[in-house]
Amino acid sequence: MPLQEELQNAPPAKLVVDHVTKIYRGNRQTVHALEDVSLNVAEGEFVCLLGPSGCGKSTLLNLIAGLEHPDSGELSADGEVITGPGRQRMVMFQEHALFPWLDVTENVLFGLNLKPHLTDEDRAGVARAFLEIVGLTQFAKASIHELSGGMKQRVALARALAPNPQVLLMDEPFAALDAMTREQLYEDLQKIQQKRRKTIIFVTHNVREAVCLGDRVLLFTPRPGKIRAEFKVDLPRPRDINDVEVAQLASAITQELKNLLQSTPL
Amino acid sequence: MIPTATPSPPSGARKKIRYSEPSVLSQTVSAVAFFAVLIGLWEYGSRSRWWNPVLIPAPLDIANYIIRSFHDGELLKACWVTIKRLMIGYVIGIALGIPLGLLTARFKFANNTLGVTALGLQTLPSVCWVPLSLLWFGQTETAMLFIVVMGTLWAVLLATDHGIRQIPPIYRRAAATMGSSGFHLLWHVLLPASLPHLVSGTKQGWAFAWRSLMAAEIYVTVLTGFGLGHLLHYGRELHAMDQVAAVMLVILLIGFAADKALFSPWERFLRKRWGLTV
Repeated sequence: MPLQEELQNAPPAKLVVDHVTKIYRGNRQTVHALEDVSLNVAEGEFVCLLGPSGCGKSTLLNLIAGLEHPDSGELSADGEVITGPGRQRMVMFQEHALFPWLDVTENVLFGLNLKPHLTDEDRAGVARAFLEIVGLTQFAKASIHELSGGMKQRVALARALAPNPQVLLMDEPFAALDAMTREQLYEDLQKIQQKRRKTIIFVTHNVREAVCLGDRVLLFTPRPGKIRAEFKVDLPRPRDINDVEVAQLASAITQELKNLLQSTPL
Repeated sequence: MIPTATPSPPSGARKKIRYSEPSVLSQTVSAVAFFAVLIGLWEYGSRSRWWNPVLIPAPLDIANYIIRSFHDGELLKACWVTIKRLMIGYVIGIALGIPLGLLTARFKFANNTLGVTALGLQTLPSVCWVPLSLLWFGQTETAMLFIVVMGTLWAVLLATDHGIRQIPPIYRRAAATMGSSGFHLLWHVLLPASLPHLVSGTKQGWAFAWRSLMAAEIYVTVLTGFGLGHLLHYGRELHAMDQVAAVMLVILLIGFAADKALFSPWERFLRKRWGLTV
């Protein structure tokens, strides 16, 4: 497959979560991480899953990734049932999860190397292109431990984007970063999303972050994990986390979240 | 953070900082001078009979022995016999230890049986295997190899097992989402992720193997080859203390060189990539 073709964007996929329940059975207690959750995500949509810790939003992300399996219900991507991890759905974790024994470029190449029908030259070209997109061309040969937290997450983003997935699953990827770095990455992520339209599921507990990034914000409440409310965000892009409109909508959602949590005591 | 971005302090500021290190050259010169004086005193002490030169032979006598036995080939041949035993035994130990360590890390049953055995046998100095080894294999190379393998195997097995267990689960998950599984996962993720433990484990295995081989060679005469340990042993029998001291020196140098050749490259890699100091 020639390089140009590989660099073209794969069409984003539609995701369907159909009455999914996930229960963790421990020795002492049973946790209903998700109960009867249904969700449709359109092609190229940016959906934020918002809620307090332990409300099942990360569980849902892992199920979509295929890293875990539901106790009942079904998940599908583009009409195909999800049975395990797949290259079409790449995950970005809160910890960067980069491999310390590889340099920056080799980390970006990891997923690409597992993709068949590519020459080594093509792979190198793709890796270069994505390092340029995240602005790390200068650090192509750097070791992971030499990078700052923000740079590590950029490499992780490049690594997730490089195999050209249809869906990008992000589990609080910026939570451990400082505010300034985070704001820069919001901007970058929106730019990338405009350039290479992906279906993105983004897990966060930060209301403003969710409003700033998402086309749609889904509000989760814990025990059992359920989607309790849904907000469409129709603000023009690119958005800034400090925009007045973002702040207004965020405070409305925060109020709603408080009401919901009061009705279900923690 | 970024190596290129650290600015060097202006030269004016550097003078005020007292803790700047002396140059490599002057450090080397002072170290060499120290040993030169020490050896000089030693030589002088032996010559002027501060002590009995039979008990502590003079450096020149030791050098003489080395040159002599180098010429008649005795020393080189013994070195070769010893190094060959060590290398073959060590390679066998690693080739068995790593797969078995993977097995104990992966399967509960293997861990409860083999893992526990390894833990026990690792505490046994491998020279304790000499009597049994001689009984089983006779005075042969195999007996020697067996002792070296017993020294290496358990340390490597346990290090592999431990290395695999401490891998952060997120590496596996990240690799799985990128389509890595089975042998690819093992070769490209699990083994490199446990590299810091593997390096320290194989290094420990090396130390055990080297010590136990020396003990075995001093202790047992094997007709198939005359190693450094035997040379040491016969040096004692003949009261040739120059030979004993010279062989000790050679053993020390081999250990030092092996450490540099076998482990330094890996340790440099770990420092560079992980930022670890091992």
